[in-house]
Amino acid sequence: MNDMSTEGYVTPDGRKIGGVMMEMKNITLRFGGVKAITDISFDIREGEIRAIIGPNGAGKSSMLNVISGFYVPQEGEVWFRGTKRPQMKPYQVAQQGIARTFQNIALFEGMSVLDNVMTGRLTHMKTGMIAQAIWKGKAEQEEVENREVVEKIIDFLEIQAIRKTPVARLPYGLKKRVELARALAAEPKLLLLDEPMAGMNVEEKEDMSRFILDVNDEFGTTIALIEHDMGVVMDLSDRVVVMDYGKKIGDGTPDEVRNNQAVIDAYLGVAHD
Amino acid sequence: MPEQLFFAAEVIMNGLMAGVLYALVALGFVLIYKASGIFNYSQGVMALFAAATLVGIMDGQVPFSHLINAILGTNVHHFGWHVPAVLAILMTMAVMVLLAWAVNRFVFKYLVNQEAIILFMATIGLAYFLEGTSDLMWGGQLKTLDVGLPQGMNATLDEVTFGMFGYGFFIDNLDIVASIVALILVVTLTVYSQYSKQGRALRAVADDHQAALSVGISLNFIWILVWSIAGFVALVAGIMWGAKSGVQFSLSLMALKALPVLMLGGFTSIPGAIVGGLIIGVGEKLFEFTLGGMMGGATENWFAYVLALIFLVFRPQGLFGEKIIERV
Repeated sequence: MNDMSTEGYVTPDGRKIGGVMMEMKNITLRFGGVKAITDISFDIREGEIRAIIGPNGAGKSSMLNVISGFYVPQEGEVWFRGTKRPQMKPYQVAQQGIARTFQNIALFEGMSVLDNVMTGRLTHMKTGMIAQAIWKGKAEQEEVENREVVEKIIDFLEIQAIRKTPVARLPYGLKKRVELARALAAEPKLLLLDEPMAGMNVEEKEDMSRFILDVNDEFGTTIALIEHDMGVVMDLSDRVVVMDYGKKIGDGTPDEVRNNQAVIDAYLGVAHD
Repeated sequence: MPEQLFFAAEVIMNGLMAGVLYALVALGFVLIYKASGIFNYSQGVMALFAAATLVGIMDGQVPFSHLINAILGTNVHHFGWHVPAVLAILMTMAVMVLLAWAVNRFVFKYLVNQEAIILFMATIGLAYFLEGTSDLMWGGQLKTLDVGLPQGMNATLDEVTFGMFGYGFFIDNLDIVASIVALILVVTLTVYSQYSKQGRALRAVADDHQAALSVGISLNFIWILVWSIAGFVALVAGIMWGAKSGVQFSLSLMALKALPVLMLGGFTSIPGAIVGGLIIGVGEKLFEFTLGGMMGGATENWFAYVLALIFLVFRPQGLFGEKIIERV
């Protein structure tokens, strides 16, 4: 990699990537005696699309859960925008501007698409409980303002037609898109996507890839994503972390990673003698 | 014959009023169950506790006076002042919020992700603990609660109906007030949960904990909020029932009457709690009026449960409950 240390870099397609936004330092995560993540360090830069890949059970999701505060690592530090992050609850991480989606879609099934996306705005709503209860003036104005942001995102992700539909009735691919909309509604600084394309057909995958690129391009959102599908990842991401059995076995641009022998072994299998 | 008809109409109206009170208790159950999946057995005792606290504060009782006197050898029972009803209600509400916080901090915080039956057992424990605390704080004797609600027969209604039909309707003033209060409470709660920020967060938590966390909702805050609202509903129910029949242990048993109401209305539906309460209220009064004599009377004691049993057979999710479809 060229000049990674201070000022960031310019991607082959000419996008400018900034300094370090989030840095994971020597993260180790254990569940009882099982080590899910062993001493992993990497960083995520402003404006970048960063992928974490690896075979099943490599610890990718665990890593994402550490970033979003769902798991607390036994060792290591998480640095966000130049300061060390104290131990935080997941909702506090969300309030810091880190939004996420889940591998097995976690939407509010009983609510409409619009209401689901509106929950993404909760961290931006500041009116107190009493004002909300009385429901006049400030609270109303706030609702309208947030509604505008939400409508913009709904347009952006092309889900206008299903705005009022209860989420439970939607097909899988659309649910994934609604989940992305809800995460985007928070106007996150960092967007975490856990297998955004899992279980999708080719067409849906292409749509989702386009949306991810557009989000990054239009809103300048930094994105960290986990994917299984090597092809998709290589096309989308600026830099890739490769994990296997909880360890980092590669880190770099898609081209660098593709030619890394350890990565090839992990993916294709290697004879042990 | 018209005499009989008017009497039946009166029975129905009284049934509706009684139903409102059942609904009020059932509402407390629904709120907590929806948001946290906890079936709160202690809801009835919460009403008792709230009512006892209200009486205690109004009369200027020293809380835990027996305990204090036993330990310190003093003889204090009263502060010697009387707190006006409105102020006392506000203070009681503060106590209920404190209770909501304590319940979450010392009990349910340690039971996150436990099975429903374990949470249920915890609320049974909570019910006994709260009952004991209520006795210890304010004494176990029968107390009269008088917050200035009108009581007795509504004379105007009696006169007007007598003038119109030649038959005076006997409706208790307290029942009228209770109905109005319950109506306001239900409308407010529904609007609040549908259209406010906290209401949306509340529904989100009820739906999916993980997803709620990921959009920045503090589960703890929502649970304390829900228990506080349930505490408020318990306070209102406690005031109404307490004013009607005194503050005593049997007040907590009305929680059992809420069970058939929930089976009818569904455990997760606010409108269900209301409609269920009304059906049971009217049903048991009407049943007693028409067939009660033939069955030796006192059918009100069991009618609700039998009706709930029939519902369990034909519509286990209740009138408004969510239908459970298991995918295989």
